[in-house]
Amino acid sequence: MSDFLRSYLTIVFLAMAAFVLVGGTLSISRLVRPKNPGREKLMAYESGVDPVGVGWSQSQIRYYIFALLFVMFDVEAVFLFPWALRLEAFGVFGLVEMGIFVFILLLGLVYAWKKGVLRWV
Amino acid sequence: MMFKPIATSLTGAIHLQDALPETLKMPSVDWTAVGPATILIAGAFLLLVVGSLARHTKWIHGTYVWFTTATTAVAGFAAWRQWIRIRKGPFTAIADAINVDGFTVFVTTVICTALVLAVLIADGYLRREDLEGPEFYVLAMLSASGGIVMASANDLIVLFLGLEILSISLYVLAGSHLRRVESQEAALKYFVLGSFSSAIFLYGIALTYGATGSTNFNDIAAYLTQHIILQNGLLSAGLAFLVVGLGFKIAAVPFHMWTPDVYQGSPSPVTGFMAAAAKAAGFAGLLRLLLTALSTRSLDWRPIVWALAIASMVVGSILAVVQTDVKRVLAYSSISHAGFILIGLQAATTEGMAGSLFYLLTYTFVVLGTFAVVTVVGKRGDGSHAIESYKGLGERSPVLALALTLFLLAQAGIPMTSGFVAKFGVIRAAVDVHSYAIAIVAMLASVVSAYAYLRLMVQMYMNDPVESTPSAASLTVPIGTRIALVVAVAFTLFAGIVPQALLNFADKAFLR
Repeated sequence: MSDFLRSYLTIVFLAMAAFVLVGGTLSISRLVRPKNPGREKLMAYESGVDPVGVGWSQSQIRYYIFALLFVMFDVEAVFLFPWALRLEAFGVFGLVEMGIFVFILLLGLVYAWKKGVLRWV
Repeated sequence: MMFKPIATSLTGAIHLQDALPETLKMPSVDWTAVGPATILIAGAFLLLVVGSLARHTKWIHGTYVWFTTATTAVAGFAAWRQWIRIRKGPFTAIADAINVDGFTVFVTTVICTALVLAVLIADGYLRREDLEGPEFYVLAMLSASGGIVMASANDLIVLFLGLEILSISLYVLAGSHLRRVESQEAALKYFVLGSFSSAIFLYGIALTYGATGSTNFNDIAAYLTQHIILQNGLLSAGLAFLVVGLGFKIAAVPFHMWTPDVYQGSPSPVTGFMAAAAKAAGFAGLLRLLLTALSTRSLDWRPIVWALAIASMVVGSILAVVQTDVKRVLAYSSISHAGFILIGLQAATTEGMAGSLFYLLTYTFVVLGTFAVVTVVGKRGDGSHAIESYKGLGERSPVLALALTLFLLAQAGIPMTSGFVAKFGVIRAAVDVHSYAIAIVAMLASVVSAYAYLRLMVQMYMNDPVESTPSAASLTVPIGTRIALVVAVAFTLFAGIVPQALLNFADKAFLR
């Protein structure tokens, strides 16, 4: 086996450890826990809201828009944090680049705002 | 981006902070090198903001198309500046990530042309379908800028970046007809399959990087000339994945499954843009990747490209014959055209590359001209694309029918049209390197696909109009579409009768 592939052995071992850990805890708890199912207990649980109606019911489209905007700014933060951490190293070039990046996202926000997606009707 | 092992063990990784330099060396930005793409992106953002702030009146909506055309003209001017500068020799910029040579300028020109023709067709379309707004133009400009980035990429990562800019805008464009279910379906299919192919492409980048230690085309080429790779499994797998990722974009068989559905469902101007610009960009990436970075591995990839070309031509031509929807006929014919363009790549010579590039240029005009007619005949709702809708079109609208006939003849490769010169170029390149089998298959495939085009012509001229044929009143051609048609017809005839000037342009578009 080449050195290149050998270095992947770590990942293989880690993956095996993960399976053993999860499988082990689940099977041990299955052995020791009492089993007493009931209608209430088997009900699907989602944030404390009672499941009502069919699973294919429509949900509000505005959640989708907010999720989209959230992802956009979340990703922005993902780029901003490492940049801020190494601000000096990146220098003026990095500052300008980040300025352009944030500015473009800002234009997107202006567009979203004028489209009226920020208003909760 | 040479490979440097920073940390060899876990304890080493903890001291990673110490290993980083105090200040990072930033590459200088050469604005000539990224001019066309930057101008298109800036224009797109300007239009997005101004368009969303402006009042929604008919007059303002009418200006978007001219703004887009003007921006593209400025981008074309920037490309011309590049052309002037590379007379002294091609150059790389921004830490060797961008390559500017005749190839870059040629593909930039093709993509800008496709953009202008597509938005001219889209203007009337959006008005007819009540979809007016800046979004279409913004996305088209962004998509084109991605294609230009792909054409000038000199690094696998930049190539991937361009591919994503191109594709993500196209996914949205494919679904931009909000009231047609088919359009939404096309967008979803294109998105799911497209992201899948992007992931495969990215995996290919990772494997190639692992095998050669660089993502830069020049560095990869240098590494491969200086080293003999004994265990080439890694590089071969990387090469295969890269070809799969780009093969999806150019719709080569067997990565073509999305094409008929997406072409049929997308709004007609978007389909035209997709067939012209996305194909040109995909081919630009494929040509540059295989002919510069991996040119020493041509024994590995030439058989792959050979098989892809033959499969695309055969499957595309034969399945085009049995379709009953005109947009699906054109989808399969675009698959078959991808096969023809691959012939030039398969030859792996300068002539072959010039042939492929010339084919891309002529195909851009022909396919957008075809879709201009299809857009008009599609009627309000963009749904009248059955082959019966063309019955008696020659009687109802002789000019449109004549234009469509010319484009179909060009696609079939009839002499005196641009399609003949293009097909001749690639087949000659194949014969020059003694690939006779592929040349024979190409000629047979073009005979088979000619039947599909003739079938449509028979519908137009040898039948009386029926109920599904658009009425003469609904066949009024909007001004933008009219300009696009005139340009496409003029180019198709010009390139077919006096192709020499254009062939010279394609010949100069060689890679370094």
